[in-house]
Order: sequence, then structure tokens, then C-alpha cells
Amino acid sequence: MSKRMGAQTVSLPSRPGVLAFASIVGQKESEGPYGGKFDRIIEDEMNGQKSFEAAERAMLEDAVRLCVSKAGRQLSDVQLLLAGDLLNQIISAGFAARSLAIPFYGLYGACSTISESLSIGGMLADGGFADVLVCATCSHFCTAERQYRTPLELGTQRTPTAQWTVTGSGAVMLAGGAAAKSCAAVLTHATCGKVLDLGITDANNMGAAMAPAACDTIAAHFADTGRGFDDFDLVVTGDLGHLGRDLLIELLREKGVKVPEEKLFDCGCEIFSPRQDTHSGGSGCGCAASMICAHILPELEAGHLNRVLFLATGALLSPTTTMQGESIPGVAHAVALEHRKAGA
Amino acid sequence: METKSHNRAQQIERYAGLVARLAPKSDMAKGVVRAFLVGGLICTLGQGITDFFAYKMEFGTQAASTATSICLIFLSALLTGLGVYDRIGKFAGAGSIVPITGFANSVVAPAMEFRREGLVMGVGAKLFTLAGPVLVYGIGSSVIVGLIAFFMEVM
Repeated sequence: MSKRMGAQTVSLPSRPGVLAFASIVGQKESEGPYGGKFDRIIEDEMNGQKSFEAAERAMLEDAVRLCVSKAGRQLSDVQLLLAGDLLNQIISAGFAARSLAIPFYGLYGACSTISESLSIGGMLADGGFADVLVCATCSHFCTAERQYRTPLELGTQRTPTAQWTVTGSGAVMLAGGAAAKSCAAVLTHATCGKVLDLGITDANNMGAAMAPAACDTIAAHFADTGRGFDDFDLVVTGDLGHLGRDLLIELLREKGVKVPEEKLFDCGCEIFSPRQDTHSGGSGCGCAASMICAHILPELEAGHLNRVLFLATGALLSPTTTMQGESIPGVAHAVALEHRKAGA
Repeated sequence: METKSHNRAQQIERYAGLVARLAPKSDMAKGVVRAFLVGGLICTLGQGITDFFAYKMEFGTQAASTATSICLIFLSALLTGLGVYDRIGKFAGAGSIVPITGFANSVVAPAMEFRREGLVMGVGAKLFTLAGPVLVYGIGSSVIVGLIAFFMEVM
């Protein structure tokens, strides 16, 4: 029996479960509105390492270890690690996997990586290809600035649409088969996004570059499953930021989708408070990953949220394409998550 | 095919309009005032240093202006190293980029940034990633202007 629903969605009938999750963030993120909810704070941006890149991968590694220990398991119990990050050749994920010694598939979806890995992880668990696996990702303000923008000490002004790369990491342990029966939060559907580009060339305006992809994936999920905003407690986007969220609302309305704005929760808008002066909000792989691990998944487990559509958005650019004047392709992958009552 | 590309162009134009309508704008007036104040302050400081060397130390005007550049570059490098100059830049924008201190900042910042990649391929290769274009086109245009001046004198 085919598990495909419509053009872009698959159903996960065995309901892979969320066994455990862990988040680690930096100092600035810990001073935001959700600061008290993260599992661990890194006070020193070097994280006790000799470079920012080493600091980032140590954070990813620690998030995975923490997630595994919160589940009461050993690293050797984990059959697969699906991870990726923003750095060239996804070095944070690859290097962390070297120390963790878990069989590893590296993924790249820019900031959409956490929902990309949850989609693929959910399908692998549902298909019986893995019983216990971990999806993880990370980003670090200092490594992202170095790679995409200018040296940290350069005295420049950020534009009003610029977003602040989150220093943070999130790891989610998924279970399939019998191990999933005890989970209070489960995956029900995954929608694979198309890459969309509406001609934004400003690398300091990621929200505008990614909003069309988010709109398209939400519309595709609704069309494929016959659901709408009414069926969800929240639609959680990754890091559209303030402008990107406004654009998403506008684009959805143009498509004829009624948008109850209070149901649209953007991790990039929420992770920092306005007085933290991040301009359009947070971004980076670690933004959505740490926020779902600190806030959304706990609320789902507790039953405060019953059904959530989570889609992280990614801008698939590189410094080379920016310099060559290319526009920025965006992508968004969605997973539908539900609370499951004990014994159900 | 033609209508398809036409549709795409229309779509892009429409979206650009939407983004322009919703995007927050830079506060131009505030930016200009801050740039004027900080830039003016840096230049006043430079003039003070020049006068000090020219009159107090009796360097002569040419040597005094060289000594001023040295002092300003040193100050800017020091403030960059202490992590202060980027904060000034955040406040002042072009006010702290345009004077010679901004140029020094744009050389010291990559030097600090790429130290971990080694002295040769890190600092050595990346030192002028930001200042390089200014040097290339600054020196390039000075050659052209020099040639024009030379031929005007000859004629």
C-alpha cells in the first residue's frame, strides 16, 4: 500500500515517536524569552575549544550525547545519525559524527535541515529501516559571520532586514516499531518542499528569500492532506524572521488561505526579544532546532499542543552565488506532529 | 516559452513590490547625523594631532600629517583589537568607515579573524580581503590621474 498522499506528502502510518530531545544555546539566546527552557547554555562563545568551528561541532556533539542520555540510552543504541549544518562541506556534522561513532548520513538543507532530517528520519523509522535514530543540527553566530559575511571586528552596520544567526544546537531522537509505543509525541506526515526563488538577491534578506517556499509547502501540505489551519494548534516556521513572517501571511492570503496570525509561530521571531537588537530576528539551523527542542516538543509531549505543523526554511545560497549576483533559492520541509495520549 | 518567462518576470516584479512595501527602512536622517558627528569627531581629533606635531613639536606640515596618519591607524587598530571599533561602527556607519581609521579597521579585523588559519594562508592571504579593492582601485586611479597630469604638463 502506498504511503504517498497527493503530490508532495507521505503519511507515516506506524506513527514514529519522539523519544527524547535536547537543546544547547549560547549566552545571547539564553537571555531571550525562552532562555530558561534550553537544556544547557554555553557561556563562552569558544565553548572551551580553539576555534569557533570546533566550538560549533562540540556543541552539536554534546546535544546528541545529551539527547541520548535523556532517553536513558547509550550512543551504541542509536542506529543512525541524520545531521547537517551551515558550514562548507557540513563539517560540524561530519566531525561530530566522527567522535560519536554513530552510522551517519550528512544532510544539507541550510536552515531547513532539522525538518529535513525529521522528515527523512520519520520515513526511515516508519519503513522499518531504523528503530532508534537521532536527527540533529547546529549553527554558531561566529562561524556563520565568517563564512557568509564579514570579519567579526569589522565596524559595519547591519541592515534592518538582517537576521542574527543563532548559536545553538538541537537533537531529536526518533523511534520506530515497538520503541515508539511509549512516545507522547509522534510524527504523522512529512511534506517535501520544492525549491522556490522569487528573485531576491539581497543576502541580508533571507526572510524574503524563504517566505515563498514556506508558503508553497504549507499550501502543498494542506492540499495533500485536506487539512487547514483549523486542524492545527500551531504552524511553526523555522527562521523567517519578522519580515519573512509578514510576507508569508501576505502570500498565503493571496493563495486564498485564511491565516489566523496567532497560530503562526516563527522560531526566528520568538527566540530573541526586540530589545536584543537582532533586527529581523534569529536565523540559522540551530534556531528552529533549539526552539522545537526547548518549547514545541515539550508542549506536545505534555499535551498542551495537540497537533503542530513544523516547517523549517532554508536559503540555499553560498557566498560564491551571492558575489555572482544570483538570486536566492529557498526551501521548506514540513512534518506534522501530534500528541498521543498514554495507552492510545 | 516566451509567456512563461514573461510570467516569471511579472511574478518577480510583483514580489519585489510586496517586499519593498513590508520591509523596514533604514532611518536615513538618524544615520546621516550619527555619521556626521562621529566622522567629524575623528577628523577633529586628527586635526588636533596634526597641530600638536606641526606647532608644538615643530615637525613641519608634511611630517606632521604622516605622524597623524600613524597615530590614527594605531588608535583604530588598538580599538579593533579591544573589540570597541565594531561597536563604534555599528553606531556611526560611514562616519567611522570613511576616515583612515576605517581603513585600518578593515585590515586589522581580517588579520584577527584568520589568525587561526595560519600566518601564511590565513593572515597573509586574507589581510586585504576588504581593503584590497580600495588599494587596487585607489592606486589604479592615481596612476591614471598621474599620467593625465604628466601629459598636461608636457603639452
